[in-house]
Amino acid sequence: MVECTLNDLRPGIKARIIKVLAKGTVRRKLMDMGMVPGSEIEVVRTAPLGDPIEFRIKGYSLSMRKQEAVNIVVETIA
Amino acid sequence: MADNRIRVALTGNPNVGKTTLFNVITGSRQHVGNWPGVTVEKKSGLKIYKGYEIEVIDLPGTYSLTAYSLDEVVARDFIVDEKPDVVVQIVDATNIERNLYLTTQLMELGSKMIIALNMYDLAEERGDKLHVEKMEKILAMPVVRTIASDNVGISELLDTVIAEKQKENHHAREIGYGDEIESRIIEVEKVLSQDKELASRYPLRWLAVRLLDGDENILRKIAGSGIAQEIKSILSSLDIEVYEALMADKRYEIISAMFPQMCERCMTRMTTSDMIDRVMTNKYLGIPIFLALMWGAFELTFSFANPFMTIIEMIFIWLGEMAAVHIHPDWLASLVGEGIIGGVGSVFSFIPNIFILFFLLSMLEDSGYLARAAFIVDRVMYKIGLQGKSFIPMLLGFGCNVPAIMATRSIEDRMDRMATIMVVPFISCGARLPIYILFAGTFFSKNAGTVIFCIYLLGILVAVASAKLLRTTTLKGHPAPFILELPPYRVPTLKNSIRHMWDNGSMYIRKAGTIILGGSVVIWLLAALPWGVEYGSEVSFIGIIGHAIQPLLGPLGFDWKISVSLLFGFVAKEIVVASLGVLYGVGDDHFALTDSLLADPNMYSITALSLMVFSLLYMPCVAVVGIIKKETGSWKWTAFSVAYGLVVAWLLAFVVFQGGKLLY
Repeated sequence: MVECTLNDLRPGIKARIIKVLAKGTVRRKLMDMGMVPGSEIEVVRTAPLGDPIEFRIKGYSLSMRKQEAVNIVVETIA
Repeated sequence: MADNRIRVALTGNPNVGKTTLFNVITGSRQHVGNWPGVTVEKKSGLKIYKGYEIEVIDLPGTYSLTAYSLDEVVARDFIVDEKPDVVVQIVDATNIERNLYLTTQLMELGSKMIIALNMYDLAEERGDKLHVEKMEKILAMPVVRTIASDNVGISELLDTVIAEKQKENHHAREIGYGDEIESRIIEVEKVLSQDKELASRYPLRWLAVRLLDGDENILRKIAGSGIAQEIKSILSSLDIEVYEALMADKRYEIISAMFPQMCERCMTRMTTSDMIDRVMTNKYLGIPIFLALMWGAFELTFSFANPFMTIIEMIFIWLGEMAAVHIHPDWLASLVGEGIIGGVGSVFSFIPNIFILFFLLSMLEDSGYLARAAFIVDRVMYKIGLQGKSFIPMLLGFGCNVPAIMATRSIEDRMDRMATIMVVPFISCGARLPIYILFAGTFFSKNAGTVIFCIYLLGILVAVASAKLLRTTTLKGHPAPFILELPPYRVPTLKNSIRHMWDNGSMYIRKAGTIILGGSVVIWLLAALPWGVEYGSEVSFIGIIGHAIQPLLGPLGFDWKISVSLLFGFVAKEIVVASLGVLYGVGDDHFALTDSLLADPNMYSITALSLMVFSLLYMPCVAVVGIIKKETGSWKWTAFSVAYGLVVAWLLAFVVFQGGKLLY
């Protein structure tokens, strides 16, 4: 179990969300899309140019830029 | 309202088959317009079923009702203000958990609700076990299984709508937020209930929940009320951000408690989609595939459409000639032939482009690839102040700016969309090429290709610089956060794509067509008046205006003839060449025009370059103005776009001409 932010994870790694640091509308949007503490999230792949990143959360695929992913604190799960 | 009339609102997440369901129910009896005051598209349709008139309103697809975007505000305002008889939420059976988040918010609005569990065949195929009866019990609302694309479950859905409408009592399930928040909700609700008018219009519990959720839209709704001050003081004593998170948490907690009872084995991976994506968004293959698909879409939109465009243009030229022969007196023949038929012709000549474009866009979107395309290019587009979804409009701009600007509709964020619309006109469209060919060919014969290439490049650079500039001024800020669902790949249906094509194509004719026609007639009047002058000659109004503005364009190296032809360019850029032919007295003989230009003592290669730069950058044509007005819904932005283009064109042409003069 390592605590880090979502942008640090490599593809294939699963993690659990601990905290969403984003503010305002971004925070709201992230929560609407299922990014709440406790949710499991998996890094699927990065875009060919290195950004954004694709994740799997709550059974669907979601992509976001690294700068948004920085604001999500997670802990890896084995 | 009569008893046999039922108003149904359709709602749901994006990509769940909402549009397909709407089309299946309402068939051809649809009305497409805008929601009052905003540019969000509103679709409604009528279905006569078992003696009932069912009016279906297609609300914008949203993930939530928290007022993050305009779409969400429109959707929920409709439900709370217009109070439809029944709200139908379309739920993607392969992704129930995420879809339920919207359900938990809809339940709070106090309307009668039905769930249409769509694409349940796909869920069952992959081995999910859906317990529909349990779902109905847990959510306290009817659940109907549908496969919208195959017309399955539609009559059951309509039967359920009628049954719900007739139900006397309506009992909604409430979301409990836990003791602490509940006590706050009661406190706020109590204050709200003092305003009788408010209490009669909105479900108070919902208002209280939204206020505690930090919803500024709702704060504005109650701002006029006598209790607004009291509410504000309660809210300011709380840490709303904490509440917001707690409430979202609670909703998901409830969902994760309900979900396993409704569905077994529902967490299966999207295996097929994932396998496709291993290729489509692959590190090495992703970009080549993307470029190939974009090239294909571009070729189809423009090259494939070309013969059809030529046919349409020929028909209108023929009609114009017929008018010239058969209508008397001559001025009337000219008005009908060159003004009206010419104007209508320019509206119609875009139709093949636009129809094919919307057909392809619908295919790309329905298949799920459009989201991947945005995913792949976002990094580059973000660097210039735009976002992944801005790429396709800019690419299409090389063919024609009109469909390009229409294609910005897939960009949800208004600021991002505006920025994209404002920079598209700098992308050099096909109609500008004849000008470059004439002038580069005449004055730079050996290097014509390089010169034309540089002009195209300049257009891209100005677009990029303008995006940057807009982002630091009028449309200040970074592009909206890119938080985009990559929906599962699906086979697009021909029916849906044709429908999409038809809806948008006919919308173009109705909305932009009037402005294009109006603009064409105005230019005709200027060229034909005052009474009795030769059309477009030096003594016509357009000639007089050309002379009058010549001092303004003199520093760019343009004489009055070029000034006049640039005025004609407002109708369509390809007319610039044709009107120069008229002004030099050589008609449409290209060789004669080349000779006359070379012989003109006022024309140098530097003038030609300045003219090409100006033509590239100033307002593309009246059709683009029409479409900008339609898509932005604002004359201010339309005027800004025109003025900005003219200023940039003048400045750069000035630099080219004066700089060139210094060098020679």
